[in-house]
Amino acid sequence: MNWIECSYEYDGSYHGLLCCVFDSYTRRERPISISISGGAQTSLYTVHLVQTDMIHARRVLKSLYLKSCKAASLVKQSYLTCLPDKELVIYRLICKLYDEGPDFLKNPTDPAVYPLHTAIRHMSGELEKLRGFIRFSEFNGFYVAEIEPKNRVLPALRNHFCNRFADQAFLIYDRTHKEALLYSGGHWEIGPVDSFEMARPDKNEAQYRTLWKTFYDTISINERTNSRCQRTQMPLRYRNTMTEFQNADYFIEQEPPLTDAAVHVSLTTGD
Amino acid sequence: MNLLKKLSVLSDAAKYDAACTSSGVKRGFQKGRIGNTASTINGCCHSFSADGRCITLLKVLMTNYCIYDCKYCINRRSNDIQRAVFSPKELAELTIGFYRRNYIEGLFLSSGVICNPDYTTERMIQTLSILRNEYYFNGYIHAKTIPGTSPELITQLGLLADRLSVNIELPSEESLTTLCPDKNKVSILKPMGLIKNTLQENKHDLARYRHTPKFAPAGQSTQMIIGATPDNDRHILTLSQGLYRKYHLKRVFYSAYIPVVEHTLLPAKDTKPPLLREHRLYQADWLLRFYGFTAEELLDDQHPNFDPYLDPKCNWALNHLEQFPVEVTTADYEMLLRVPGIGTTSARRILSARRSAHLTYDSLKKLRVVLKRAQYFITCNGKIADGLRFTENSMRTALLSLEAKDLAVAGEQLSLFDNQYEARQRS
Repeated sequence: MNWIECSYEYDGSYHGLLCCVFDSYTRRERPISISISGGAQTSLYTVHLVQTDMIHARRVLKSLYLKSCKAASLVKQSYLTCLPDKELVIYRLICKLYDEGPDFLKNPTDPAVYPLHTAIRHMSGELEKLRGFIRFSEFNGFYVAEIEPKNRVLPALRNHFCNRFADQAFLIYDRTHKEALLYSGGHWEIGPVDSFEMARPDKNEAQYRTLWKTFYDTISINERTNSRCQRTQMPLRYRNTMTEFQNADYFIEQEPPLTDAAVHVSLTTGD
Repeated sequence: MNLLKKLSVLSDAAKYDAACTSSGVKRGFQKGRIGNTASTINGCCHSFSADGRCITLLKVLMTNYCIYDCKYCINRRSNDIQRAVFSPKELAELTIGFYRRNYIEGLFLSSGVICNPDYTTERMIQTLSILRNEYYFNGYIHAKTIPGTSPELITQLGLLADRLSVNIELPSEESLTTLCPDKNKVSILKPMGLIKNTLQENKHDLARYRHTPKFAPAGQSTQMIIGATPDNDRHILTLSQGLYRKYHLKRVFYSAYIPVVEHTLLPAKDTKPPLLREHRLYQADWLLRFYGFTAEELLDDQHPNFDPYLDPKCNWALNHLEQFPVEVTTADYEMLLRVPGIGTTSARRILSARRSAHLTYDSLKKLRVVLKRAQYFITCNGKIADGLRFTENSMRTALLSLEAKDLAVAGEQLSLFDNQYEARQRS
């Protein structure tokens, strides 16, 4: 019996993606493309708008865990990557898992697994860099950082930073995906942010920035200068948000002094 | 002197120390304390300076005043430079300020010897204890042991720090007596032995009593200067091997000598630092620690120094062609590691992938095994890579390392290229 080919649209959430899998099996449809609704793409196939239903999503998730825990974590991680058409690749992996069982997951060269492995490797590389390269600025005891990653790294960075700065209130803003991780007093939230602007540094913050810049410049040995090695280890795309590569006015105390509302953030509840 | 000036003087004085790692200890979140050391098993780099070296720790000296007069050292007594001292409190505060902004992973504290070794160490202990007990700092601390410090103080230092290190500085006793008149072999090896013994005792105690305070949980390391003295690579590598075996060091760092002073006993001031030699030594060091090689296999009396044109593993493989090619579908882990171009990660990937699927050259590429050098030394299902034709000579040319191409006479290569190009133009 042939399944009908069609095109799926979902709301972009993780649970929405799982609902695509659910709908595909209950409606006996084979999606040719899965895209986030609201895009301007037109499709030759009939478009089905997938409604996110937590009960359906949980049923899919449970089935994944029953087949293999490894598959479930693979799906969860690859959802955060910047792989083009990741939804379809994930969908195909899940289909293969239902058809064949989890044995093929052990082979990283398998055509269903390979693109996801590559994407996750790309993301973990970015994560490793960002754990070190994120720079916080302090404003009245509140720490703020800005990043511009390719993958949606905040959920994966959360554990590291919430553990490290457990007694600190901080916010990490992701410029690419316009979302932020907010942590304070043991509670965290990840959610979309409408607008974000970094506040101007006060005297104390400006001094720390200068101290760090001085340390950074001094510690390098001139006789060993090797900018190629530096570029390999610290690609240029990370540098725009790092203290040591900012212009001179980044290190100057700015007026007017900051108010509590300097960081405009509106968060919706994440989970 | 303000803090900014002090920081610039004292980090400038500390920059020749090569060690800047935060690896070897996994200590997660602890309630009421700042920081962790659990980012990854390999530590975490927070920046890379213009020389390409990573910046992980706030690397500073407590002070650059020094009573010693080691010829090669920028902080020696007779050198006319600006001197500064950090007070324990301000250094602790600076570390916390940097750490909270995620600039650093912790503190690397070394010091010039002020008054006497014990007094210097006491000041370092004071700083670390402010960090640990007043600021509740739970991040990484690397402390340098000053030769000649009394054992009680070293024990105290080790209970506060994650890693201790004693710098060997020069690879042989003769060099040490000529260049560092105030130091000797015994004064360096004694604290190293002491740390080793305390570490062993501590391990034993920890197995018995769970809450025993940990002594230097990330072990100890050392550093030596390359190129300031006539010692050859074989001597240096054998020494490192001895240190790893006898003193259970976690790391030996090599630092290419950068001439900071004109002295009859030292290389001239316009000598370039022997960076390639340092690189070869690090490669060999990795072969000792992770690849199961011994120093004797890599260098012998006829070849006391590494070939600048070939990396140590390639060199070994070319001298032992009878052991190749290696069949990747059946070879054991130890033999895979001996193939040039295959490292621990690739070897492990090959092992796990061949359990579930048939290996081909294509799947090797998908496993991200770099075949550039490895292809000459492996077979896959009894076959060499498609389209690969080589003689021993052409193989040697292909294996020349990237650095060697810079070393080669540029003119010669260019003319070769030009001739070929012209020939093609004419035909």
